[in-house]
Formats: sequence, C-alpha cells, structure tokens
Amino acid sequence: MARTTRVLPGFGPTLGLTLTWLSLIVLLPLASVFLKASSLSLSEFWNVVSAPRVVASYKLSFGMSLAAAAVNGVFGLMLAWCLVRYRFPGKRLVDALVDLPFALPTAVAGISLTALYAKNGWVGQYLDPLGIQVAFKPLGVMVALVFIGLPFVVRTVQPVLEDLDIEHEEAAASLGASRWQTFRRVILPVLLPALLTGFALAFARAVGEYGSVIFIAGNIPMVSEITPLMIITKLEQYDYVGATAVAEVMLLMAFALLFVINGLQAWAAKRTGRDR
Amino acid sequence: MSIQVRNIAKRFGGFIALDDVTLDFPSGELVALLGPSGCGKTTLLRIIAGLEKADGGQVLLEGEDASAKHVRERQVGFVFQHYALFRHMSVFDNVAFGIRMKPRAQRPPEQAIRAKVQRLLELVQLDWLADRFPSQLSGGQRQRIALARALAVEPRVLLLDEPFGALDAKVRKELRRWLRQLHDELHITSIFVTHDQEEALEVADRVVLMNRGRVEQAGAPEEVYRHPATPFVYGFLGAVNLFHGRVDGEGLRVGDDLLPHPAQEGGLSEGARVMAFARPYELDIVPGDEAGGGIAAKVSRVLSFGVTARVELEGSDGQHFEVELTRERASALGLAVGQAVRLAPSNLRVFEYEEGAGI
Repeated sequence: MARTTRVLPGFGPTLGLTLTWLSLIVLLPLASVFLKASSLSLSEFWNVVSAPRVVASYKLSFGMSLAAAAVNGVFGLMLAWCLVRYRFPGKRLVDALVDLPFALPTAVAGISLTALYAKNGWVGQYLDPLGIQVAFKPLGVMVALVFIGLPFVVRTVQPVLEDLDIEHEEAAASLGASRWQTFRRVILPVLLPALLTGFALAFARAVGEYGSVIFIAGNIPMVSEITPLMIITKLEQYDYVGATAVAEVMLLMAFALLFVINGLQAWAAKRTGRDR
Repeated sequence: MSIQVRNIAKRFGGFIALDDVTLDFPSGELVALLGPSGCGKTTLLRIIAGLEKADGGQVLLEGEDASAKHVRERQVGFVFQHYALFRHMSVFDNVAFGIRMKPRAQRPPEQAIRAKVQRLLELVQLDWLADRFPSQLSGGQRQRIALARALAVEPRVLLLDEPFGALDAKVRKELRRWLRQLHDELHITSIFVTHDQEEALEVADRVVLMNRGRVEQAGAPEEVYRHPATPFVYGFLGAVNLFHGRVDGEGLRVGDDLLPHPAQEGGLSEGARVMAFARPYELDIVPGDEAGGGIAAKVSRVLSFGVTARVELEGSDGQHFEVELTRERASALGLAVGQAVRLAPSNLRVFEYEEGAGI
C-alpha cells in the first residue's frame, strides 16, 4: 500500500478517538432510547405512539416546523441578498442582529414573543380585532419557530451569495434574459444547495425546539401541544417508557426527513455540476 | 452596425473615469481600446453595452440614441474578462442560454436551437466539449465558449472586456490570431479593451488610446505607432528612450550635451522645456566620449541572442537607455560592459514638457 507522508502523524489515534467520542456522545443516548422503548410490546408501543393527542402533536410539530423553515427559506434568502448586495447605514448592526436567535436563551425568546402576540400585547392587540390570534394557537408555534430558524438560512446562503459574481447577472442580461429569468435560471440554481442546507438546518432545529415554543403555544391538548412537550408530560407522570416510545418516533421521522433533504441536496449539487 | 459615443462623461465619487469622450466606431471594424489600468476604457465599454449609465452624453447605435435602452434591448454581445460562464450549466446550455431566454413567440424549436449551438461550437472549434461543465475547461477554452455564447443571440456589436487578460502568454497569442480570423469571417463591429499594446496593434483595425478618462489618439495601428500624437502615446506604444532638455539654438540641450534637432521649426521657442523620444532602433552608439557626438552613457548590459542586439546603457544621471542594433553593428563596435560611449539619435520626436505625461 502506498502511504502518503504527512507532516502531522496520527491517523490511528485520531480515528479511534473520533469513533469513541461519537459513540459516547451521539450513539449511546440514541441506543438507550431504542432499548428503553423496546420494553414495550409492539401493540403497547403502537397504542402509545398513536394516541390521538400524540398524533395531533406530531402534526403540529412537523407541520409547523416545515412551514417555518419554508418561511425562513424565502425571507432568509432575501435578508442574505440584501446583506451581501447592498451597502446601507446600519448594515453591520443588521448583520449582527441575525445571530440574535442563536444567542438568546430560548425561554427569553418565548416569553417576549408571548408578550408581543398575546391578546393585550403590543402586536396582538391590533391583530385580535382582525380575528387573527397568534399566541396559544398553532400560528404562535410557527412564529416562534420562524424566529429561531432564521439565522440558519441566512448564514448558509450568505457565503455562497458572496461568491456569486455580479458578472453572471450582467452576462444573463446582455443575453436578453429578463429579471425573473436571470433569478430563476442563473442565481437560484447556484444558491439551491445552500438554500436546501439552510432549510434543513432550520427545520431540524425547529422540530427539536422546546423553550421558546411552550410559552407562546399555550399547550392546549389537541390544538397546540408540540411533541417534545408530550415527552415531558409523560416524564412528569413517571411514564418513562411511554416518553421514550414517542421520542423514538420523533427520532425516526427526523432521520427520514434528513435523509430526504440530503438526497435533495445531492440531486441539486449534481444538477449544478458541482460533483464533477 | 456603427457605434458613436458623444460627449460621454462618468464619475465615480470624486474620480473622473470618463471626461467628455467622443468617438466613432465604423461598421464592421475591430477596434481596440488601449490604455493603462484606470484610464476609463472598461467603463466606456460598459457604457456602450448599457451595463453602466453615463452621467452625460449619448451612445448612438446605428445612428439611433440608445442611452435610455436597457442592456437587454441593445443587442450587444458582451464577453467578460473572467468569462462569467454559468457554472451550473453545460457548455451546450451556456451557449444556448441566450436563445432559450427569448420570448416563446420568437424562440426557435429545440431542434433548430441544437443545430445552431452545434454550429457555434464548431465555429469556436470546441464542439467536442458540448457536454462538459465550465469548471472542466481551460481558460482559453472558457473564453472561446463565452464568445460563442455571446454570438448565439446574433448581436449587432461584440464587446470584449480584456478578453485575454486572464490567460497565459502562449494561449493569449493563439487566441489573438484566432479572434482576428473570426472577425474576418463574421465582420461584426467589435470593440475590445486591452492594456497590452502589442495585442492592440496586432489584432485591431483601429486603435483608440486612452489615458485618464480622455482619448489621446485614435487611428490605424501603423499610424498611431509611427506618428504618436502625444508624449503619452509615444511612451505607451513600445519601448522608448526619453530625454528631458531645453531648446537651445539649433538643437536640444540635454544635461551638458547638445543634440542637433530643428526644434524651433516645430514651433517651440528658445529655452522651452521639452521631452524628446527615440525608439531603441532610432539610436546609434558612437564609441568615445568627446563632447558633441550625442549623449554620454555607459554600457551596462549587452544582449545579443536575437536577430538584433539589445544594449542597455546608463546615462550620467543614472537614467536607463535601451538601444537596438544589428548584430553586425554590435560586433563591429565591440562593446564592453562599463565602456563610455555616446548615443546619437537618428530620429527624435520632440514634445513640449508636460507635467506627468504618464511615462
């Protein structure tokens, strides 16, 4: 076997350490979830995970997470575009603000969003007469998830956009492409892999979000309970096995969705000729 | 199609990029915009294309004012220095882009598009690369694809911004010749921007020399090379020897030496500060250092590997001179490094002194 000489040695130890670390930190907890849940028989397991209240929570959690990630996909792209392409006073401040949802403790975000969107809140008092209720409704869950997911899209799209030479747009225009054609045919295909990554990250974060959501959701059974809350509720009732059963379902669904999104990314990368 | 620009002015903040530029580009010619970086040549090209808006003046395309027209409507083919190929599209799709973007009513059927792209790829001699992606091509190939893409929409004019600027010397030379041939085949009015005087003189029908936002001279390559209108043009086109001096009676006083030259006939007054230019082949070396025979200099290097021998010399004040002699003349002189000689110009071009003439 031909060996390449490297300046820094240590393939063996680093690989060993990496695998051990990964096992301890990631695989072991996941395995324990499956192990714990396996103490249920198949029918018991099914009964726990298909209880109407739990199913309603899946719909809310995954549905609102997808919706929030989609909203972030659109507005995050716009924000990134604005930050990369234009110079305006306060740009650095706006740029810094994007990271705020990362840094802010989720409970703080939850409480401030609730204060804003409650019926007597700053924003809620104007929405209420229009018949729009945000707090304590599924819509409120989405608002919180949009808030925490925004930086993921902006920060993944931004560097790719910075790389995208303005000459490409000029070339498209000189070839007779309209503004929409230029965006659709020249800019979007190049951004798509990054946009999908941002979308996936925002989505994954949203599915797992707990702190900021429970305040604004109001946690009304069958209406605004998220799946992580179902797990907590079961834990509080000392139903450890039931909690892990729900957790297992969440885990599998999240896995499946990440696979789908990874597949999409690979497809987009292939279409843009980047893997060649 | 003919292009005229009238009194074009453009500023970027406090920097004047173009200062009242008026030019004619006759139909079917290949014109080079030549000048140092920052002289405004690229800005002028972008204004003609409609990628940049002038602060004042007009761009006329075939006599018709196009100043208000969007780049999309001007029917110009633009080739960028860094190619600007769409990296997510194959070579074929890149070339087909312009045709496919046409409104449905004007768009030819897919089969006709295929045939046309194939023809264009053959024209640029790269039809075997149709399925590749831009990242798999060499710089020279990318530039030719960029050209094919620009030609696909049948532009009325072709504008090229430093088309060979990012390529290595050998490929540059090849592409230059190729561009000239292509132009002779297509006869499309073309303007290309370059800072390489050799490129401009070799390829273009006409050369426009620009400096600091103004046109210094425009004319056939032969004409601008033989009869430079300004000190800038003289210095920019090819190697040159510069002498600073004053008009003194029948000649020019350069340092302690006197060069015979009928300067006063050219309308220069006695005692006027002048700058005099001579090409390397317009200087002869006279051995010996007695006064009156030309300008005193010392041989610092003799390079005699080409058809001609090049001699580098140093003037009394440390100034650098370059002389080109025939090999016979050089060996007859038997020059040695450090030898004191005199430089006698056979031809001198004298201009009145100008502050910062750009040399």
